[in-house]
Amino acid sequence: MLGYTITQWLFGILSFLAIMFALMVVFSRNPVNSVLYLVMTFFCIAGHYLLLNAQFLAVVHIVVYAGAIMVLFLFVIMLMDLNQDSEPQRTMVTKIIAGVAGGLMLFVLVGSLKGTEQLNLSSYGSSQIGTVKNLGKVLFSEFLFPFEIASVLLLAAMVGAIMIGKKDIK
Amino acid sequence: MIAFVIYKFIVCVIVFGLSLAVAAYSTWWERKLSALLQDRVGPNRAGPFGLLQPLADGGKMFFKEEIIPNVSNRFLFVLGPSLFMLTALMTGSVIPWGKSFTTDSGSTYSFQITDINIGVLYLFGVVSIGVYGIMIGGWASNNKYALLGAIRASSQMISYEVAMGISVIALIITSGGTLSLSEIVEQQDAGVANIVWQPLGFLIFFICALAETNRAPFDLPECESELVGGYHTEYSSMKLGLFLFAEYINMFISSAIMAAFYFGGYNFPWAHEFYQWIGLHDGSVWISIIGFGAFFTKICIFISVFMWVRWTLPRFRYDQLMHLGWKILLPLSLLNLAITVVVEYFRGNIHF
Amino acid sequence: MQLTNRSKVVSNKVQSGMESMYLPAILKGMMITASHIFKRRPTIRYPEQTRKLSAVYRGLHVLKRDEKGAERCTACGLCALACPAEAITMENAERQKGEESLYREEKYAKVYEINMLRCIFCGLCEEACPKEAIFLTDRIVDTEYEREDFIYGKDKLVEKIDKRIDVSKRQTLEVAEFKKIPGIKHNAVWEGNRIDRKIN
Repeated sequence: MLGYTITQWLFGILSFLAIMFALMVVFSRNPVNSVLYLVMTFFCIAGHYLLLNAQFLAVVHIVVYAGAIMVLFLFVIMLMDLNQDSEPQRTMVTKIIAGVAGGLMLFVLVGSLKGTEQLNLSSYGSSQIGTVKNLGKVLFSEFLFPFEIASVLLLAAMVGAIMIGKKDIK
Repeated sequence: MIAFVIYKFIVCVIVFGLSLAVAAYSTWWERKLSALLQDRVGPNRAGPFGLLQPLADGGKMFFKEEIIPNVSNRFLFVLGPSLFMLTALMTGSVIPWGKSFTTDSGSTYSFQITDINIGVLYLFGVVSIGVYGIMIGGWASNNKYALLGAIRASSQMISYEVAMGISVIALIITSGGTLSLSEIVEQQDAGVANIVWQPLGFLIFFICALAETNRAPFDLPECESELVGGYHTEYSSMKLGLFLFAEYINMFISSAIMAAFYFGGYNFPWAHEFYQWIGLHDGSVWISIIGFGAFFTKICIFISVFMWVRWTLPRFRYDQLMHLGWKILLPLSLLNLAITVVVEYFRGNIHF
Repeated sequence: MQLTNRSKVVSNKVQSGMESMYLPAILKGMMITASHIFKRRPTIRYPEQTRKLSAVYRGLHVLKRDEKGAERCTACGLCALACPAEAITMENAERQKGEESLYREEKYAKVYEINMLRCIFCGLCEEACPKEAIFLTDRIVDTEYEREDFIYGKDKLVEKIDKRIDVSKRQTLEVAEFKKIPGIKHNAVWEGNRIDRKIN
């Protein structure tokens, strides 16, 4: 088909959908719709993971992001009653700050993408790279230290959240 | 290749039809069993023993007036029940319904739609998506009771998924670290059913399954004494039917998962001796069918237990529900995981 | 002061470890519900099975005819007067020549209606009737879709000639004896002389 393989077609369609839904997140007026578009974006990204033979990542992406975190987001947004008329007016200063922050974000992203060119990905290029077994082996041997650091970070965040949530601390 | 595709298509249709048929007859059995437990007669007018009652109920649902509130978000209002039904039906695809059989030409067919090697994770993924149906439907109704019901449903499902997941991790360790459902079931064919090694894990899983399917005593999302109808307050006609129906399909699927995880799925005690005694050799299609019968019997028993619990226990209060989920079941499942690791180390299933 | 020895002292004892596990209690409860599967159903499946009604059951009314098939009712209005629910209405008319086989006496009820939604089936109409014309029977009032259909006219109340309704069981032996007293025989044809009623 037009000189592309099925994988390439899938990649193209998924990328198009992902970017479209991501734009819808930003442009949709209703915050609940935004969250739902974000969920769709996550599904497209999970599809990308599947194309990369990373089934575990794909499913965990859906379970954790679409299934848990986005539900909590939806939760909060549904309870907040965000109408258009209750939306506060943005001043010029906030707009400028937002623009600068966005630009910096873009800068960082472009920089990190440039950096990936030097990475040698071919050593992990087998089709079994994304299975649970291989991922577990890599996580618990080569990348044990960053993995544990991340878990400590999550624990600290959890303790912090409980501290904030508690009404009166004795 | 063509034969394979046709076979898979037929299996898909059978599983789809089976889910719907079992869900339909679950409604009948729910009413009949509740009547039995309460010294009543139950449905007995439509057909013998009221067996045509599901048809009558379905017909009633179809002919009821369809109301979409003006203030609701129309698209999401319709999307909610559809999504709930979709996720309920999707879970059936990874369950191994019977042993795979071999034809004379030597090709093997499995009684399963797809055997992915992360089947357990797939199940969790689909179940976690299932919340969206309720949440979207409840929010789009633009009704405070529906919204409260939806929020109760989603927080309940997220909370109990944690304990459920950890109890399943213990189960996976027991079954030799595989995430494929057919391998989990096959591994019980060689040894004993997983319930022997995982009694506490099964109990936790069962309680969590009750909470995940929004069944009594955890039916807070649709608790009529507080929330009118819960998340489906504003729904009528077949959209309400989809919500109610999907609940029964969820019940069917979770019963199937429990039977497969903890009670050996399509295996039963002395299965091999039995097959030898009636003269069936390995790979025969009859073994698959008898195995499916055993599996289906287990599922029916579990569905009945779900109902039995519903018609015995009173509903929890919401804070009690959260207390049970986070402060009792979660530590218990962690304890179960720790015990499992120690036990499996001494059984020699874990190597460092 | 202790009135009976059945009273129990309220105790707020703390749950023991076994009790706070709840599982034994839950299993006990489930066993109780399961034991009800084997209990006898007290349900009477109505159209096929019917409850045994007593002979003096107060159900749907009947307007009796006499032995020759003439209506007994003379539209005196005593039943309507006695009715506490005001369910009975009637209109009287004079008997014409040639209608002697239809109506027993000169005056008869042209319209006789009982509103079954108002009726409380107390049986006071039966007691008030001096002509033994109205009786309550052991039949049940049918269900209807319209409220109007519950107003029973003569077409539904008067018994059919070929399908007499037996009310003899409502009259005990004592009643039958009582009726033999000439002064009480109000069911007999009026003979022109007023008979003093004596109740012994």
